[in-house]
Amino acid sequence: MTLDTASSPGLPASDTPAAAIEVAHLVKVYKTTRAVDDISFRVARGSITGLLGGNGAGKTTTIAMIMGLVSPTAGHVRVLGHAMPEQRADVLGRINFESPYVDMPSRLTVRQNLTVFGRLYAVPDLPGRIAELAADLDLGEFLDRASGKLSAGQKTRVALAKALINRPELLLLDEPTASLDPDTADWIRGHLETYRRQYGASILLASHNMLEVERLCDRVVIMKRGRIEDDDAPSAILARYNRATLEEVFLDVARGRAWQQGDLP
Amino acid sequence: MKSLIASLELGHGVDWHRIAAMVLRYWYLLLSSWPRLLELVYWPALQIITWGFLQSYIAENAGFFARAGGTLIGAVILWDILFRGQLGFSISFLEEMWARNLGNLMMSPLKPIEFLISLMIMSLIRLAIGIVPMTLLAMIFFDFNLLGFGLPLIAFFCNLIFTSWALGIFVSGLVLRNGLGAESIVWTLMFGVMPLACVYYPVSVLPHWLQLIAWALPPTYVFEGMRALLMQHHFRADLMLWSLGLNAVLFAASFVSFLVMLNSARRHGSLIQSGE
Repeated sequence: MTLDTASSPGLPASDTPAAAIEVAHLVKVYKTTRAVDDISFRVARGSITGLLGGNGAGKTTTIAMIMGLVSPTAGHVRVLGHAMPEQRADVLGRINFESPYVDMPSRLTVRQNLTVFGRLYAVPDLPGRIAELAADLDLGEFLDRASGKLSAGQKTRVALAKALINRPELLLLDEPTASLDPDTADWIRGHLETYRRQYGASILLASHNMLEVERLCDRVVIMKRGRIEDDDAPSAILARYNRATLEEVFLDVARGRAWQQGDLP
Repeated sequence: MKSLIASLELGHGVDWHRIAAMVLRYWYLLLSSWPRLLELVYWPALQIITWGFLQSYIAENAGFFARAGGTLIGAVILWDILFRGQLGFSISFLEEMWARNLGNLMMSPLKPIEFLISLMIMSLIRLAIGIVPMTLLAMIFFDFNLLGFGLPLIAFFCNLIFTSWALGIFVSGLVLRNGLGAESIVWTLMFGVMPLACVYYPVSVLPHWLQLIAWALPPTYVFEGMRALLMQHHFRADLMLWSLGLNAVLFAASFVSFLVMLNSARRHGSLIQSGE
């Protein structure tokens, strides 16, 4: 297990080459709303980091700024050592993402979609890579079906195939198992673990699912109202809050029961 | 200005494989839907038939139009190149908004300039699918051969397509920034240009102050040039050069406005929203 050396929120990012993502004093203001409020954290290479928080905590905006889809109001983001969004072109071919806020074109077949994205990412031996993904993610039976005609679970597997098409060094996942049945969700988690192990990839995972975060993540960043409430290994956070599960910690944070104040029940 | 230049992302040049991938994506889409293909042919065919019969009727009853044979049909076809060129560009862009696929593309190595070039290529392909049957209908039913324009047709076509791309880029930027709530502009903008571009009548018909505005539009020179060719059998190269010059200015302005709106969309978070 690879853990980051950053120990507390608000710590400025260093030039540590081991970091896949470095976020320093990141701020995003939409008109009068402070969606992300001066956050700093790192994702170590080869690690899976969970970004936890309730609705409106700022997780999606944070991921969008890391990807360069949203410009920060202030602060800096470095991805695989490159400044975002200024050096996007140097890094976009080495990362990928999956999010419920985007879809695969529904009229194209799964194979056509993977072909188009494979070409955009200049994937060598594309037919071979598609066959490999079809086998890994069990897409074979609907590879030539229109993407829009798939079930939610099948669509998620296709979206994951698209996210893995270029064997990314860094994978950004926003709610990757949202609206999936427990069996499919578990299957997806298993695949992510395997992918990380095989390729040494780094994964940043935004999720509401505490079991998912506990199972997958080496480190957890908990956000609330645009700020980082905690940032540590799951076991350290559980110990600090004196809780058995991250779900209980999540509820403590969401309801304002901070461990520092010693007012936990 | 610095951020505008940075958003061009021209550090590693333009990659034609990525452009080809996007053209392939739109080609798959066209082939997946016969109504989409039919629509490309249906409206141009309807236009040429309606206006073709009108021209035939007028020519039988008015000596002036008998002498000016083909000006209406010629104008209809050239107008369709302008209108369908912009529509072909913009609809391919809208397909990404409708499919909620823009985030996937913006996060891929595809650069904005490559995206725009692929939309230009698709506008040519969609245009060809509509215009070829249209010109054949004009030839068969109304004895009007578009290729009879000769080499000037190339100048007409290039100027019209440049204008259509410039407006397509501008409108796409608006939709990118404002979401699908701005979609109607895609369908209506060109109709605002139509009366001022003097598609079916000479510029001299307009009041003087409106003529000044008309001459600021590149297509006006093309339609005037077409009428000069058909009625006076004289190719006005000067008009085509004026049109080309204005197109260069319009194209640059549209491109800059697209980048400004792209940057604004990044600032306002529009790229992660797909609704109105």
